[in-house]
Amino acid sequence: MAKFINFATFGNELYTGKRSYDFVGKRKIWFSIAAVMVILSIAVPLIKGGFNLGIDFRGGSEFTITNVTDTSTAIGEKAVTDVISGQLPRVSKLAGNTMQVQTEKLSDDETIKVKESLAKEYGVNQDQVASNFVGPTWGADVTNQALIGLIVFVLLATILMALYFRTWKMSLAAIAGMLFVQITTAGIYSVTDVEVTPSAIIGFLTILSYSLYDIVVVFDKIRENTSDIATSSRRSFGSEVNLAVNQTLVRSINTSMVALLPVASILFIGSFLLGAGTLRDISLSLFIGIIVGGLTTVFIASPLYALLRENEPALVKQAERVQARIDAEARRSTESAEAASSASV
Amino acid sequence: MARKGPASEARKILLWLGALTVILALLLTGGTLWWGANPAPKLALDLEGGTQMILAPKVEGGTSINDDQLNQAVSIIRQRVDGTGVAEAQISTSGTNVVVALPGNPSNETRDLIKASANMAFRPVIASAPGQATPADQIQPTPAPTAAPTNPSDSNWVTPDIGQKFQAFSCLPPVSEPDTGADPSKPMVACDLSNGFKYILGPVEVPGSDISDASYGLQQGAQGATTNKWAVNLAFNGEGSTKFREVTTRLNGYYTVNPQDPKSQFAIVLDGQVVSAPTSQAVITDGRSQITGNFNEASSKSLADKLKFGALPISFDIQSEQQVSATLGTQQLEMGLLAGLIGLALVVVYSLFQYRALGLVTVASLIVAGVLTYLAIALLGWSQNYRLSLAGVAGLIVAIGQTADSFIVYFERIRDELREGRGLIAAVENGWKRARRTVLASKAVNLLAAVVLYFVAVGNVRGFAFTLGLTAVADLIVVFMFTHPTLQLLARRKFFSEGHRFSGLSPDRLGAVPLYRGAGRFRTPDDRPAVAKKNIGAVAEAERRQTIAERKLAERTKANDASQDQATEGPDSKVSVKAAKDQD
Repeated sequence: MAKFINFATFGNELYTGKRSYDFVGKRKIWFSIAAVMVILSIAVPLIKGGFNLGIDFRGGSEFTITNVTDTSTAIGEKAVTDVISGQLPRVSKLAGNTMQVQTEKLSDDETIKVKESLAKEYGVNQDQVASNFVGPTWGADVTNQALIGLIVFVLLATILMALYFRTWKMSLAAIAGMLFVQITTAGIYSVTDVEVTPSAIIGFLTILSYSLYDIVVVFDKIRENTSDIATSSRRSFGSEVNLAVNQTLVRSINTSMVALLPVASILFIGSFLLGAGTLRDISLSLFIGIIVGGLTTVFIASPLYALLRENEPALVKQAERVQARIDAEARRSTESAEAASSASV
Repeated sequence: MARKGPASEARKILLWLGALTVILALLLTGGTLWWGANPAPKLALDLEGGTQMILAPKVEGGTSINDDQLNQAVSIIRQRVDGTGVAEAQISTSGTNVVVALPGNPSNETRDLIKASANMAFRPVIASAPGQATPADQIQPTPAPTAAPTNPSDSNWVTPDIGQKFQAFSCLPPVSEPDTGADPSKPMVACDLSNGFKYILGPVEVPGSDISDASYGLQQGAQGATTNKWAVNLAFNGEGSTKFREVTTRLNGYYTVNPQDPKSQFAIVLDGQVVSAPTSQAVITDGRSQITGNFNEASSKSLADKLKFGALPISFDIQSEQQVSATLGTQQLEMGLLAGLIGLALVVVYSLFQYRALGLVTVASLIVAGVLTYLAIALLGWSQNYRLSLAGVAGLIVAIGQTADSFIVYFERIRDELREGRGLIAAVENGWKRARRTVLASKAVNLLAAVVLYFVAVGNVRGFAFTLGLTAVADLIVVFMFTHPTLQLLARRKFFSEGHRFSGLSPDRLGAVPLYRGAGRFRTPDDRPAVAKKNIGAVAEAERRQTIAERKLAERTKANDASQDQATEGPDSKVSVKAAKDQD
């Protein structure tokens, strides 16, 4: 954009086609970028050996400190981080002046160190600190059930969209877009090495429904614009899809902004004022996911749908008709221009 | 204007929404005053703390528990907890113990359900009596059995000891202590607390571990039609089927002689209590039986659950129970809410910048959605034990974006209609028709995700699904019952209909030229917004979508000399043209 124009005008120009971004035509570029991102998102976790899973998934060590006088949780957190760096201990107070400190799985040496440090910080004897291994609260059964739920949901959503849009190709493009968002969001987690906690998983699921939702909104406009494609000779199928994406662009930008603003403020406050914790875990996955999701709808899912359908014989014929009409109009205008110029001689 | 139009319709819908909100608020107030509800939403474990129980599993036969069984125990307990509502419990293992942390103060029912051992068995009934205890001075001595018992239903099992215990046993408050550690090969005395009867039961014939599945549902009638009676369906594994066939063959023999004979009943015993004692009315050969009786939905579900969980041969001892503090504390919640408020303020600023006065409609809609969601969460906390975790709070904050999206889609459609050159009232109606489809289709995706995950997933994911579904429903209610009617009414106000600069709907800013511009001047083809060559389609589209009145009008304006006509655009864009002489 050469200079800033106000949004309403921007919207008008997009609507009328005066201003148009070629999302569909330049799809080779978008698809190449997407392919690189997917390959990275799959390769990095494989090379790294998976994700940085938190205590809820892997289990860890637990310390119980009895007869504590000062039951502040900050003391316990400090006691652990003093001895071992990079830990996010979870400290809670149990009734009867007992503190419970959970950390990731520690080696025997580390366990002894943490025990000493806790006893010192809380001002109790060593024998009042008990250690134990705890199992995951987010066990394999929770993961399995969540996965089954996801698979069922994706299947049902595919059927629902195929019925609503009356073409399975839209379903396919939408699900492909959604999977792309999931894979890249997961990839970003692996690359940045941020700990995966149950909260992050919840954020992940939110993104799943959000990205599919966003795709459905834009696809509905595409459906509307291409409903009479068989009989019209206005535009080829690809340009019709492109116009629909352009016409909903203002909505896409506005929606992404409105969704991002609250998440960004949680992420900002969660990271800078509170440090690590649930708020940061969940808002980070949401922040990444909303951005990737919004871009995917425009750059990946819609061009993919155009690609899937462009080669249908009926639409190829239609594109030829459109081309013929455009050529005819061009001829007419040059003829009339010639006529005008010859008349003026 | 005493005519029935969109405006009066819109007012009616707004009244309904007001009524709905008032009813919910009254419910909550009433619940708070009389039934111990809490006007604030309940909080989950991470924000409020709760109760932590350490359970030591015991395997029948006293062998030590292996890892597989421990994991099985965890998932069984998780199912039990999830069955009590949407409170997110944390269940993990610690050494060979199972640690269960529940938010708030779990009720005794929940506590019993969690530790309920799966010490379940099927025993035949030998004798039954109403539940009151016979006073000690009136107990009749029981004669000693005359012969060794030949089968588990034999009355010769009743020794003088058992007889005395049976008479002294009370199944009405104060209830006698149940015999939880009864020897499976010996008879026992037990109560059925649901009907207050007491029974003498024979030795165990089928252990609970032989149950393969249990479910509940409406009974099938003779012709396969569904009746309105609830029943519990029970299925056994191979070994259980064989044993159960033997039992029902013998018991059904008693039944055919005398349907009232207590010996025709078999008792399902859990932890020394009789859960149910159905009469064997048929011989079950395939291990699939149906228990019928005075069930309602809740009691049949409860029995089916007990039977299903009874398949695990592990029982639990509560080793310790203590209050546990919140792991996150109030600071995280306060910060989260603060962040939410800041985010909301930014959303308000952004929508005002984007939509001018229409942005106020967005803000008002969000407030209505917020009030409805709050009421729903507080009510669900009271009725379903739904609790907000920090992840839930974050989910709600994210929902702001998705809720606002319905309004954005709708406003953009109205603007599209205005760009086509429609009058505002018509644009609102048409824009709504098109936006409604999109909103419904996209929310259907969210609702589908919520429903599927709620029914399939467990633990935290279930709480998330609940929140997602809740916000989607609240959003639909608001967009249908608040945003659209409000716009219908606003469209009739001068500020908007004349396209004030700050209304967010000014035609000039939208590059549209209204059809009728006052002073008898109509839009002429030259006034059309400049449409690029490639957008001929949009014009064609617009022409195709003109209302009949508009089309006629366009024809007339071409035909007539506009200065002689006076047209007024009434509500509903019905155009009345004062006829010129040459009109048909």
